[in-house]
Amino acid sequence: MGQTILKYTGKLLLLVLFQVVILNQIRFSGYMTPYVYVAFILLLPLNFPKTGLLILAFILGIIMDSFSDSLGMHTSACLFMAFLKPTVINIVSGKREYGDDISPTIKNMGIRWVIFYTFLMVFLHHLFLFFIEIFSFREFFSTITRAFLSSLFSTLLLIIGYFIFEKSTR
Amino acid sequence: MRNIINFIKRQHFFFLFLLLQIIAFILIFQNHNYQRSFFVNSANNFAGSIYQSYSGMTEYLRLKQINEQLAEEINNLRHYTENSFLVNDKHVFTHHDTLYKRQFLYINAKVINNSVFNRSNYITLNKGRAHGVKPDMGIITNNGIVGIITNVSENFSSAMSFLHAGVKISARHKNSRHLGTLQWDGYNYRKATMLYIPPHVSLNKGDTIVSSGYSLIFPENIPIGTISDYHISKGENFYSVSIDLFLDYNNIEYVSIVKNLMKEERQALEEKSQTPF
Repeated sequence: MGQTILKYTGKLLLLVLFQVVILNQIRFSGYMTPYVYVAFILLLPLNFPKTGLLILAFILGIIMDSFSDSLGMHTSACLFMAFLKPTVINIVSGKREYGDDISPTIKNMGIRWVIFYTFLMVFLHHLFLFFIEIFSFREFFSTITRAFLSSLFSTLLLIIGYFIFEKSTR
Repeated sequence: MRNIINFIKRQHFFFLFLLLQIIAFILIFQNHNYQRSFFVNSANNFAGSIYQSYSGMTEYLRLKQINEQLAEEINNLRHYTENSFLVNDKHVFTHHDTLYKRQFLYINAKVINNSVFNRSNYITLNKGRAHGVKPDMGIITNNGIVGIITNVSENFSSAMSFLHAGVKISARHKNSRHLGTLQWDGYNYRKATMLYIPPHVSLNKGDTIVSSGYSLIFPENIPIGTISDYHISKGENFYSVSIDLFLDYNNIEYVSIVKNLMKEERQALEEKSQTPF
């Protein structure tokens, strides 16, 4: 139990630091702002307790918010994403059944499942975040474009990350 | 009653989500009402110190640019030294302090975190309450307006950048002295839009836009940018003017925080005359 908590805390800190110190500093373009710290929620086991899921999403969001001065926005987006996680898994999996405690890794689920799942989750998060950020529907289509392009970019970075880390742990 | 409790128990996932989401939204609105927001911002000491050490690591990579900026600033100051004026009158002046009462003080600060690509961007500075910084002070450089302080901790302060959806600045067309409202419209951090200039004003491309001095936050005549384009949209009564900003927001290192010594006096007076009898 203690080991699991330690593992999750380490993962969370690494992802947030990577996001804040590296990704937030490299500025690609106004249309592409990747947020990969959401991988923490994505990589939780499929049958992770739902209550814990929301609480972890809340903690992750608060930490991100305190770094980016967006008080509450990341928290709100993370919660939204975590809330829809079970639904997304159902949509992506279709009729397939999975055993207990399985992690959504490429080895376990196959590359197509992982890409589809990652993109859908990341897109939900980015869309919610960007709309919260401007807080109006005035720039409706440009916000959707931003969310879509940013999600593509985040997904690409995440898939590359999965390949690197899964290989090294094997 | 028991039915309601059972219902909540069954739907606990949804209700927990709702509860946490409401907390998140309270945080967001508290932030908009920025005087009251509390520890979760980058002015807190943990995030602040990480940003400071990061900025310390990358600073030396930009030393050349910083030197150039400093040289330029020194050059600008040289315009005002005594040596650059020819004394051509023989009268004797006595300098009364009552003629020149100081209105603005400037606190030098370094930018330790900055962004330009979000719709609403924020800046963190390495000066805080200990150095006399307070919320609502303006931030400027010698060629533009940087932002407005929102939160202050002991040693750091965080600010809304001019590149923020909620920031509007009172600006003036330098030649005609007509007023307008300047705001950023997202995407390109080198451009801004100026609204509410009436159509009888004659504008030219390349005209300079400066700050108006009507606000309590920024002093008058800070250069902001030049007009790159202007037009009147159909059905509008005012020009919408595109501005090329002088300041490269992606590359600000040292800034001055503006302290308006007569702010309270002016604010009290204006509030007094606006309240009905």
